[in-house]
Amino acid sequence: MSNPDNLKYTASHEWVKTETDGTITVGITDHAQELLGDMVFVEAPTAGRKLKAKEECAVVESVKAAADVYAPVSGTVTAANSELDGTPETINSDPYGAWIFKMKPDNAADVAALLDAAGYQAAVDSEAH
Amino acid sequence: MPSLKQTPLNAAHRAMGAKMVDVGGWDMPVNYGSQIEEHHQVRNDCGMFDVSHMRVVDVKGDGVRAFLRHLLANNVDKLTLPGKALYSSMLLENGGVIDDLIVYFMREDWFRIVVNAGTADKDLVWMKKQAAIHAPQLVITDHPELAMIAVQGPHARARVWEALPGSKELSEHLIPFSAVEMGSMFIARTGYTGEDGFEIMLPAKAAPFFWATLAEHGVKPIGLGARDTLRLEAGMNLYGHDMDERVGPLESGLAWTVDLKSPRDFIGKAALLAHPPARKLVGLLLLDRGVLRDHQHVHTAHGDGEITSGSFSPTLEKSIALARVPNGVQIGDSVQVAVRDKMLAARVVKYPFARNGKGLV
Repeated sequence: MSNPDNLKYTASHEWVKTETDGTITVGITDHAQELLGDMVFVEAPTAGRKLKAKEECAVVESVKAAADVYAPVSGTVTAANSELDGTPETINSDPYGAWIFKMKPDNAADVAALLDAAGYQAAVDSEAH
Repeated sequence: MPSLKQTPLNAAHRAMGAKMVDVGGWDMPVNYGSQIEEHHQVRNDCGMFDVSHMRVVDVKGDGVRAFLRHLLANNVDKLTLPGKALYSSMLLENGGVIDDLIVYFMREDWFRIVVNAGTADKDLVWMKKQAAIHAPQLVITDHPELAMIAVQGPHARARVWEALPGSKELSEHLIPFSAVEMGSMFIARTGYTGEDGFEIMLPAKAAPFFWATLAEHGVKPIGLGARDTLRLEAGMNLYGHDMDERVGPLESGLAWTVDLKSPRDFIGKAALLAHPPARKLVGLLLLDRGVLRDHQHVHTAHGDGEITSGSFSPTLEKSIALARVPNGVQIGDSVQVAVRDKMLAARVVKYPFARNGKGLV
């Protein structure tokens, strides 16, 4: 699966979608779910929580391992995807549809500065060496 | 980085789409897609595992039995019928566990031992050192040229019989935990999943063809990821996690593999008798949402303990663990497990958690 061009990315394997109202939606990339394997538990941040960029704010656990999810930018959590409580495996089957949380960024320019699809792919490729 | 060791089936795994990982220096398949599907495949039908990284060690010569009576914590005198197997710990003088192993009685001058991959080299050094002292006439030979394929699940034996002409006549009357030779192959009714099946040792050169033949007969490949969740559900110990050289068998749920009743002496016996266990291994079932993992701290009314193996149970769809806790902890007790910044509720339960296709908790 290729990384969608309409999303932004972090080197720590989050994808970021900018919504029309300026909030952002966050999930983990196809590469990340592939590394982790079958997902069995997701712990998302609660709405209202203030986050600093790169702060640990969610946890995804596969059968194999637990992995932290980081805030891509500073801002305030506006929603968590409670549907993942019962169906964490949708992160495996639909990584770019199964969002984990939404947040309102403090500064829209921070989002614009994140990696684009090609930049993220380069980061993944360099990790493999 | 030193290059990883490969089993004779390495190319076959890659051709079948395996995700390969470093398992103790070996390049091994962790899954071929979904670990959970592979787990259910074994519980409900059957699957095959490449366990060629495990090591076969033959001990031959006059007086093998007397030597093993001294070397192993379990008593090889329980083995009276050729082909019968016994699970045992091999201990240090201080009672720590060097390894857990299966020993097969083949003839009075030949016992076959199968040891773990990560401990094989130190096991051999230890066995040869003890033999030099107590039984220098014995010949101890390891067989890295043998591959091992485990076929496990309710339909495992029937599929092997279809795939391997002549094997049914030889192996259909094998009782659990015993083995028979078939030419250059060694067929054992043993396993590490809590399901029926065989573990088959064969020459490395023959392994890719046999693997492919099993696949043609509908046996799905299973990665070492599912092997771990299957063995954990079955309540089987994993060396280096549930016990090691720093902890004795009586604190590791392995008292049933230690024979302290017979008058014979064995390496580690004096230490076990001198230091009665203060801790024990129990099962945990997580009541809150989350996943238990190795090394998480367990808080009980009798003091603290630690998870030795924790994961998600695909059969129970809950998280389970083995944990070493103070002796006072009882089945049914409520305990708390420290998971990141939270304390999660768990219950002490009997294990195995699942076996023969069914959850038991």
